Amino acid sequence: MARSSLQEVTLADTHALAIGAGILGTGGGGNTYIGRVWLEHELKKRGGSIPVIQVDDVPDDALTVAIGGMGAPTVGIEKFPKGDEYQNAVRALESHAGQKMFALVIGEIGGSNALRPIICALQMGLPVVDGDGMGRAFPELQMDTFAIAGLSLTPMALSDVHGNVSILHQADSMYRVEAYARSLTIEMGGSASLAMPMLKGKELKETIIRDTLTLARDMGDAVLKARKRGLEPSDDIAALGHGRVLFRGKITDVERRTTQGFARGKLKLAAFGDPNDQMEIVFQNENLVAWHNGEVVCTVPDLICIVSLEDGEPIGTEMLRYGLRVAVLGMPAPRELKSVAALKVVGPEAFGYTEVTFAAMPGDLIG
Amino acid sequence: MRIGIDVGGTNTDAVLMDGTKVISSTKSPTTQNVSEGITKALKTIIEATQLDVSKLDGVMIGTTHFTNAVVERRRLTPTACIRLGLPATVCLPPMVDWPDDLAETIGRNYYLAHGGHEFDGREISAFDPDEIRGIAEQIKAKGLNAIAISSVFSPVNAVFEEKTAEIVKEVIPDANITLSSTIGRIGLLERENAAIMNACLRELAVKTVSGFKQALRDMNITAPFFISQNDGTLMNADFAADYPVLTFASGPTNSMRGAAFLSGLKDAIVVDVGGTTTDVGVLQQGFPRVAAMAVDIGGVRTNFRMPDTLSIGLGGGSLVEAEPLKVGPQSVGYELITKAKVFGGDTLTTTDIIVAAGHEDIGDKSKVSDVDAVFAKAVEDRIEEMVNVAVDRMKTSATAMPVIVVGGGSILIQRKVEGASEMIKPEHFAVANAIGAAIAQVGGETDRIFALAEMSREEALEQAKREATERAVSAGAKAETVEIVDVEEVPLAYLPGNATRIMVKAVGDLAGA
Repeated sequence: MARSSLQEVTLADTHALAIGAGILGTGGGGNTYIGRVWLEHELKKRGGSIPVIQVDDVPDDALTVAIGGMGAPTVGIEKFPKGDEYQNAVRALESHAGQKMFALVIGEIGGSNALRPIICALQMGLPVVDGDGMGRAFPELQMDTFAIAGLSLTPMALSDVHGNVSILHQADSMYRVEAYARSLTIEMGGSASLAMPMLKGKELKETIIRDTLTLARDMGDAVLKARKRGLEPSDDIAALGHGRVLFRGKITDVERRTTQGFARGKLKLAAFGDPNDQMEIVFQNENLVAWHNGEVVCTVPDLICIVSLEDGEPIGTEMLRYGLRVAVLGMPAPRELKSVAALKVVGPEAFGYTEVTFAAMPGDLIG
Repeated sequence: MRIGIDVGGTNTDAVLMDGTKVISSTKSPTTQNVSEGITKALKTIIEATQLDVSKLDGVMIGTTHFTNAVVERRRLTPTACIRLGLPATVCLPPMVDWPDDLAETIGRNYYLAHGGHEFDGREISAFDPDEIRGIAEQIKAKGLNAIAISSVFSPVNAVFEEKTAEIVKEVIPDANITLSSTIGRIGLLERENAAIMNACLRELAVKTVSGFKQALRDMNITAPFFISQNDGTLMNADFAADYPVLTFASGPTNSMRGAAFLSGLKDAIVVDVGGTTTDVGVLQQGFPRVAAMAVDIGGVRTNFRMPDTLSIGLGGGSLVEAEPLKVGPQSVGYELITKAKVFGGDTLTTTDIIVAAGHEDIGDKSKVSDVDAVFAKAVEDRIEEMVNVAVDRMKTSATAMPVIVVGGGSILIQRKVEGASEMIKPEHFAVANAIGAAIAQVGGETDRIFALAEMSREEALEQAKREATERAVSAGAKAETVEIVDVEEVPLAYLPGNATRIMVKAVGDLAGA
């Protein structure tokens, strides 16, 4: 499908972006409502727009950094940022590196983290790059293409509402970065603002998943257009991501438990009119594996997205409940997540599903 | 004995009940002045039954008055909001996502102050009494006395909201204060929105409640009266004057609770057919299933637990057009009794079709003798299809479920709904909403985060249940009848100490009724 790349983010794009990012959240990534309202508020207050650039527009030796929020979604809907935390983190890295940032990068296009870099870019007068490190949402820092490629996650900056900024200069492993960042986040009140990894233009070109910001906008646009015409948007959304609708039905059971700080659970669905036609999905913040009548039909890192049947509103795993009428969309992962190295980090086995092998859906999310 | 009254947009319905028995009911058009409509309904009931009003134990009123005030942006009081949480939360000030016309009606008078808590109970910053006093002085200088107070994580710890209220009261003795912790759940913007809406409705609520009181006094009724909340429970008159926002969406809840009561079923689909719309909802354990999504009221996002209903444009007054065949969503509404053909009007409505098909004998059936039988059948097919689709969309499984049909437009449902195990059109179906109000219980709710590292899950659940029970009792429930009807646990991702959000709802019978 031929699409035109997003050139800038204006007030007219915020709604579509929030919906599209929500869909790409594959059940996790956090609600995009707060981010959308924040972005709209900043755009109204400051005027203007945020330029969107292609990764090829970034000179090889120019510096960029990815940013995003870290912490519990429930804290995110109660204790909002002050507003300058991301800038503080980015400025700290600039002074640490002795070089100004050329552009900001979206670490995770899925969910609330898609909008944070756009807000920060507006505040700092920087462009944002069309693309991201996941093409979806994942629960851990080391699950992006930058880390998978072996790029250093440090130096990393983490900041809070009080103006405290911490830089982790060096770490012996990416797991340690994740662990330290998580401890600090708890101390900072359960949510914090994160800037990492810092990337040269050359590194960014080799690792970023391209065009995902445009994809999010297009998915959101498809939803908004379908709503206006009173149509069900599921097929259009799936087609934009080169996937298909895996299932339409009602949620008949949601089972949850919490282990090691992650919200895990299992979801059961039954088709309309045929209770024996069933789907089962397991999730750990994000949707991970889908079985249709006992057969595996989609597994992480391919995208399993659940949207409200009538209006295409993305449904996060925290909102899943008995009786919701939904469409389950399956979309192939971006090709960057399907290498042997990547699958070690983001394949079903990495999430503890040793009995499930990754059988890729045909095609790629982008391309 | 109890009287239940439902003041809807079109009709004011009233029922007199003795225990579980419906003695009498009445339906009359809603009046501009809500109290007059109530007085009229009471008069009709009392005269029809020769009721000795001293035998009344309570009068229960369900009203859309406050929802309408917000939707119509009328009779709202300019309001100030104080939020405690600095330096956090600056990026999204209070009322940031309100429609401009509503925000301007009550003014964007908001103030951010230090205070607030973290998820685990630590303070975000120290509470500063002088800062609050300064803000109160500014509010006073603006001549405002309706004030909403919110604080970050106040459902975990409300002490800063309470301290702020004390200081504001010192500066503005007649201040009308709403604390967000007394109204809403976790989700700062939504809870704060509800608190601000409540604050701007308080003046109207005080007037309305005293109008209701006067209406009862005029009829020599000395029994206490209550107002229905969106969760199907009651609040006493003084509480209602303090928390008008809790009446939002009580209408659909009442009719579903009434349907449960009339049918004796606890798990069923309820199809409530009115004059303009049909609302389809699901009863689970006798209560309406609640919506999972945030609910907009007059364009403002809230996180109330609203009944999950699907509304379609089909009612007893829906217009019927021949070519192409069209049923609704336009309706003659409350003008049915003058505009429908069977009532001597010239508009073909769904009611006319049902009479023409020979199912009912309403008005003058000779006025619809020219309606072609094949056409009437086609319209009936369409109505059947509309209802079938709506019911199927609301069902939770393909298993057949009982379908209860209530509401003034129930005559439209003449056929069995697809996937219904049985069709029930209970006696007094037309006034199910007033019955729902009459039989309502009293409830209390709690929604907090517990650190399960500090206490066992059982202890946390016990504490949450105790809090919900205490709230139910303070809202007027008989302590010995209070039951826990809903427990929801949500483990919180990314937090240590097994932090878990626990929501509990308790309900009990009304004391003294």
